[in-house]
Amino acid sequence: MSEASVARKARPKFLDLREIRLPLPGIVSILHRISGAGLFLLLPFLLYLFDLSVSSPETFATYKAIVGHPLVKLILFGLLWAYLHHFCAGIRFLLLDLHKGIELEQARQSARLVLIVSLTLTVILGVWLW
Amino acid sequence: MVKRLVVGAGYGLRDWLGQRATGAYMALYTIIFAFSALTLPKMDHEHWSALFSGGLMRFLTFLFFMSLAYHAWVGVRDIWMDYVKPLGLRLALHLITLFLLVGYAGWAAKILWRL
Repeated sequence: MSEASVARKARPKFLDLREIRLPLPGIVSILHRISGAGLFLLLPFLLYLFDLSVSSPETFATYKAIVGHPLVKLILFGLLWAYLHHFCAGIRFLLLDLHKGIELEQARQSARLVLIVSLTLTVILGVWLW
Repeated sequence: MVKRLVVGAGYGLRDWLGQRATGAYMALYTIIFAFSALTLPKMDHEHWSALFSGGLMRFLTFLFFMSLAYHAWVGVRDIWMDYVKPLGLRLALHLITLFLLVGYAGWAAKILWRL
């Protein structure tokens, strides 16, 4: 065993996901990842819809029929939230990278703002587009 | 100060920067797109497809999809690197992600240039 590993203290690990209580910035961060992953997974579906919507008046009608389905609407509602959250949280991360708002209290406030703004926009746009 | 060892590998700075640059561009595009789409006089095929067939908007939209592919590559690769430890499986997932994203980018280009 090397010297370095002997010297390293056995530090306690606490990784029980059911017990961990993430602070707001942590919640925004993991939701940024989850929303990004969701958008990536459903990207082919969105491209398919985009393709249908612009190709011809006939395919546009098909597109309308697909997005008219309640289940599809629900999925798109979820994706709308994912996009808006990713958008808002992304702007926050860009500002943090520029060392704007890195004080603890400001970072908590901006995390709260991201959650509120993205949810509010989702509801407004979602209801309007429904 | 971090002492960097020369091992012939990248340090990820280019990807880190690229992910942020593409993210910033996509945020800007989102605002342009949202404004253009929400002010369409009528949501039918004619108006909707005309939105993307203009030279500038087609170029900006193309740039959006290219940015998306690069941005998603870095992001999804980071997810695999964080959670998938077996090297063979991780490599396979990297390649699948890469192939998918290149394919999506090509698909987007085809859609835009057919208009």
